[in-house]
Amino acid sequence: MAYERLYGLLAEFDNPDDLLHAARTVREKGYRYLDAYSPMPVHGLSEAVGFRHTWLPLYVLIGGLAGAAGGFFLQYWITALHYPLNIGGRPLNSWPAYIPITFECGVLIASITAVLAMIALNGLPRPYHPLFNAPRFALASHHRFFLCIEKRDPLFDPAQTRDLLESFHTRGVCEVPV
Amino acid sequence: MTPAEPLPIDIGRYRTYAAIGGVAGLAACVLGWLLDPGQFFHSYLFGFMFWFGIGSGCLAVLMLHHMVGGEWGFVIRRLLETGTRTVPLMALLFIPILFGIPHLYEWSHPEAVANDHLLQEKQAWLNVPFFIVRVVIYFAIWIGLAFLLNRFSGQQDVSENPALPTRRLRNISGPGIILWGLAVTFASIDWVMSMEPHWFSTMYGALYVVGQSLSAFAFTITVVILLSTRPPLSRVLGVSQLHDLGNLLFAFVMLWAYVSFSQFLIIWSGNITEEIPWYLRRTSGGWVLLPILLIAFHFTVPFFVLLMRDVKRRANRLVWIAVWIVLMRLVDLFWLIEPAYHGRTLFVHWLDLAAPIGIGGLWIAWFLWQLPARPLVPLQAPQMVNGETPHAH
Repeated sequence: MAYERLYGLLAEFDNPDDLLHAARTVREKGYRYLDAYSPMPVHGLSEAVGFRHTWLPLYVLIGGLAGAAGGFFLQYWITALHYPLNIGGRPLNSWPAYIPITFECGVLIASITAVLAMIALNGLPRPYHPLFNAPRFALASHHRFFLCIEKRDPLFDPAQTRDLLESFHTRGVCEVPV
Repeated sequence: MTPAEPLPIDIGRYRTYAAIGGVAGLAACVLGWLLDPGQFFHSYLFGFMFWFGIGSGCLAVLMLHHMVGGEWGFVIRRLLETGTRTVPLMALLFIPILFGIPHLYEWSHPEAVANDHLLQEKQAWLNVPFFIVRVVIYFAIWIGLAFLLNRFSGQQDVSENPALPTRRLRNISGPGIILWGLAVTFASIDWVMSMEPHWFSTMYGALYVVGQSLSAFAFTITVVILLSTRPPLSRVLGVSQLHDLGNLLFAFVMLWAYVSFSQFLIIWSGNITEEIPWYLRRTSGGWVLLPILLIAFHFTVPFFVLLMRDVKRRANRLVWIAVWIVLMRLVDLFWLIEPAYHGRTLFVHWLDLAAPIGIGGLWIAWFLWQLPARPLVPLQAPQMVNGETPHAH
């Protein structure tokens, strides 16, 4: 296979421990563009493949504050500006009554932002991914564990990287075409 | 029973400091009682409600844990149990309040009742003999629950068949937490709400039910982190247990804000003369400073700080917010209790410091005296953390 058309090298493992060990070792060797695929959550795997803090919490905070501000303004606009009603002689801008809705709107928009931003930051939806070209990759949804080192990694070398992956307790290493 | 391991820090020293502080504080209280008995009894009730609330809240959190399980409860269980064993001390320390009834409660004055139709109607409940009978009933419930919870927990440690005491703990916790909630609700109405006998709020008991649980969480989180530098707690208090405790603290901060604000919103919306004086008294003459403080520092700051994952997962950060919340509980109770006496302007008497220090010193000394009575980690609980098993040490 031509080097130009390569996405990366994919190693297949029987169990999460082998995958975890391989991921840690590969990262210690200095590889940065790697990802692991598992049918279930594996404790410590995110750290092993170099999970970084994302900007997601900031987006959620902004979403929550915007939701709270919007919720407050919605009530203010209705009861004080658009359709002013005298309720029991209270001021039109009776803000204490707005607080529960303000809080709920903040939580609602924060949650929606969290879900949508998580999807967007993960690059989803994504109908095509080069890994789908690896025939055995479908087993990542069943009982096999995979580690992929991508070609764009500065340390990537078709022969040396393959040797490194094969040095682990693996069921095989295959090339993933783009 | 001797502890399986020595306590990680030299608590004997702290026990002595606490006892000295307690005796000094109470000596100052005696002076205050001679100088100004009315002020003394109000300050004493304030200090009493704060420290009683921690031990009483420990009962609720402990029973909650026995019912729902979870590793968060496993790591603080012995501290909660020690907290529940302070309730008998608080029963003793309630005695001065019985002598303060004429100073604290307008409904105990025959001449006030004679001129007040509403107080006459409330006489069936608000009279001195029945008040004392109810005090005895409340403490019988709390002490009884504390006794059973500690007894079965001790049996669980040493039993050949720990499933039996474990089941008993769960079985008494369900009815127990209901009894506890009723007793705390009625006690808060009797001891605090009836200082303003014309006023009523059906939300009032919830303020204490939630507030005491929050106090207990904040206090035990502080202590478990202080003790976690060495075994055995260092082996069981991991990042995920800390995270759970932080989340529960966060939940109770929100619950406190919810009940406190709900009571206000309901009374503000109704806007009727029977209900609003309580808030008018607590927002005029400088007292409004306290609710502003509470909104900012009992809710907003802990809310945003506890949203952060890193705070909940690091002991040296979580401990600060837990200590902060304990202090804020003091401010909340001060705002609930003291305006009933001072009425017009914001005022902190020196007895408002002496009474919590005096009662607190004795409370802490008692807590530290009780703490070594059991191993710091349950030996045969259904939850086990990091392989902490009955025979690991």
